[in-house]
Amino acid sequence: MYGKGILKGLSVTWKRFWDTYTEDISWMVRGKKRYNTVEGVAHRSSKNTKGIFTVQYPEEQLIQPEEFRYVPFLVYDEGEEGRKEVRCTSCGICAKVCPPQCIWIVRTNDPSTGRPVPVPTDFYIDMDICMNCGFCAEYCPFDAIKMDHDFDIASYERNVYNLNKLLKPASYYNSIRPENAAREDEARRAKEAAKAAKAEAKTATA
Amino acid sequence: MATPLTATVDLIAKFPDSVTADTRPGYGGFIVKKENLVEVATAIRDEFGYDLLTAATGVDYLAENKMEMVYHAYKTTGGAGLIFRVQADRVDPVEIPSLVGVWAGVDFQEREAYDLLGIRFTNHPDLRRILMWEGYEGYPLRKDWKEPFFEEETKPFKSRWPDGQHTFAENKNPFRDNLSFPEGFDPEAYKPENEDDLYASLERFRSKGEDDRLKTDHIVVNMGPHHPSTHGVLRVAVTLDGETITGLKPVMGYLHRNHDKIGERNTYLQIIPYTDRLDYFNSMSNNFGYVTTVEKLMNIPVAERAEYIRVIMAELSRIQNHLIFIGMLMNDLGTMYTPSLYAFEERELVLDIFEAVSGARMMCNYFRFGGVVRDIPDFAIQKIKDLVHERLPAKTDEMERFLNENEILVARLKGIRVLNAEDAIRYSVTGPVLRAAGVPYDLRRADPYSIYDRFDFDVAVRHNGDMMDNYLIRFDEIRQSLRILEQALKQIPEGPINSQKPQYQVRVPAGEAYGRIESPKGELAFYVVSNGKPNPYRYHVRPASFVNLQAVESMCIGTKIADFVALLAMFDIVMGELDR
Repeated sequence: MYGKGILKGLSVTWKRFWDTYTEDISWMVRGKKRYNTVEGVAHRSSKNTKGIFTVQYPEEQLIQPEEFRYVPFLVYDEGEEGRKEVRCTSCGICAKVCPPQCIWIVRTNDPSTGRPVPVPTDFYIDMDICMNCGFCAEYCPFDAIKMDHDFDIASYERNVYNLNKLLKPASYYNSIRPENAAREDEARRAKEAAKAAKAEAKTATA
Repeated sequence: MATPLTATVDLIAKFPDSVTADTRPGYGGFIVKKENLVEVATAIRDEFGYDLLTAATGVDYLAENKMEMVYHAYKTTGGAGLIFRVQADRVDPVEIPSLVGVWAGVDFQEREAYDLLGIRFTNHPDLRRILMWEGYEGYPLRKDWKEPFFEEETKPFKSRWPDGQHTFAENKNPFRDNLSFPEGFDPEAYKPENEDDLYASLERFRSKGEDDRLKTDHIVVNMGPHHPSTHGVLRVAVTLDGETITGLKPVMGYLHRNHDKIGERNTYLQIIPYTDRLDYFNSMSNNFGYVTTVEKLMNIPVAERAEYIRVIMAELSRIQNHLIFIGMLMNDLGTMYTPSLYAFEERELVLDIFEAVSGARMMCNYFRFGGVVRDIPDFAIQKIKDLVHERLPAKTDEMERFLNENEILVARLKGIRVLNAEDAIRYSVTGPVLRAAGVPYDLRRADPYSIYDRFDFDVAVRHNGDMMDNYLIRFDEIRQSLRILEQALKQIPEGPINSQKPQYQVRVPAGEAYGRIESPKGELAFYVVSNGKPNPYRYHVRPASFVNLQAVESMCIGTKIADFVALLAMFDIVMGELDR
């Protein structure tokens, strides 16, 4: 029969249309909110999603996985009296590995000796050129530069971030990437312990 | 990995005077004398059976004062390829005989080499610029050419560290000393020329008008660059006789950014995120192709678990690409948005997985030399299993139920010829279009890379070569990909995810490598020449969309303009890859 295929196809559309309302009703009956809740968004991006699929940005947002990456920031540890202990040693690996070359680092030199000091005088990232590849965070040996989760940075101006604007506390980093932070802290502690043990062994032999 | 650099063919015995073996360390294949190129190429095609010429790449050897064209020829029955090359002195004009008469599939690639390297191909029927505009001064891929905003030959630039005061590139060098224009050229007063060359090139398919039909004028219609059906900024100049197409030329380059040159400025590692931007629907596949090529050059193994992760990602990518293809084809046919948004649902779920493992939905940047960046988290593995075992098979069935029997769709697709096997091979067409024409040529079987030889799957093939077959073969491929995924998920071992230590500068020995993978759109290949430095000496992408598009001219002549939009959709072109 001519038109059978069309009807068959329309039955799929009908089912999808119908699913939207049955889903809404079933969520309502269970006393749950399908929209504007984390649970609702999670369900809509799971394998069981049925019916309407849209996530109504900006009222709702997709759930960001831990590895989600957007532009980089610099991590500092909170020292005593609110002192910012910047992890960056201005070694320049991030500037070298950056594909669009949007990282600019001014190294500090000791005024008396002229030798470099392991802390940056200034640190620029041109966020308009950054391609969010994550190489800087991946290859930083000091866990000093990390990728952010905050993506709403559109503006009318060119976004060149300096050191001040790039610095974010380690507690923030731990909150957006708990698993990564825990793993890295562990590795750093193990490294320090090994170093201390080595130094101890050295003093013992001497 | 097991494929040798080049097949062992007794080419020298046949042509002792004109062919010599290439003995440079790290190189393979044969050097053919310029004068005998066409003769040798014909023998390679007819007598040795290398019917599919996949890539023709120009290389500028500035130090040796030579220009080289490298050709990679393969057999559609599978197996290793044959590399042969021809060298010409680097004196203007650099002249090399054209091979269009032997393999029609070198047409665009020769035009590309002419455009970017200034190699003049004698006897090429339509030698015009292809990616840059007519009247552009200079040849960008030559080693002595510098782009606007040029800073240094290679990255990393020295100004960034240790005393990097930030400057905007456009303030420092606003198109001053390293952009050259032709003599007497005023950019303010620039008007595109009448494009006589383009329209003249349409003439060669025009009917001679000797029949006794009513004499009518032919109309030239420019489809694009802004046209919703052409998948981006592709322009196609068409001459029409009524509604029938009598001449057709694709015009491209609107999205051109000279990916090759960018690659040559970058280090090997830095290129990986740029490859994401080629075919932006399948960044995982692009990564795969590039790292496979460089791993060939570096001669390093890939961690076992990483091999499986790579296959899983590449196949997921293929599934979502084919679903989007089906949706977009419906858009082109006039079924606006409902099917394509159904396809996008599944794509979103796949992209969620990509985001969880790599950090980004589209620009994944996930592969590294020797493995991948990080392991798949447990919840992502679970999600892949859910999709592969439950959701995607069901949704593929639903999509078929939704569309396959629709009478209007069948009327539009059935019996409209796309390509027959002979033409497809002649034009170097690869991928689903070639397989729908009845040639079971899938690189995962014909020239296995990575670990595809461990999986049990069939090469999807259909035999009519019409639009319906081209459409249905995507469903076949989705099902085969699901089969591969099921096996990969079962077999994936525990273990490290990279065979190398993480390092931001890799050591790549001098030599050349040609790596190719079966991307969802066809053969995606990279040709990389290393001279031992941290940056590639030559980096060339052979994108499937670009090479496949060569066939569009001959296959559309004689069809109706309404079908043209659908015929173009069959190649599943992506402008990021086509224009690169």
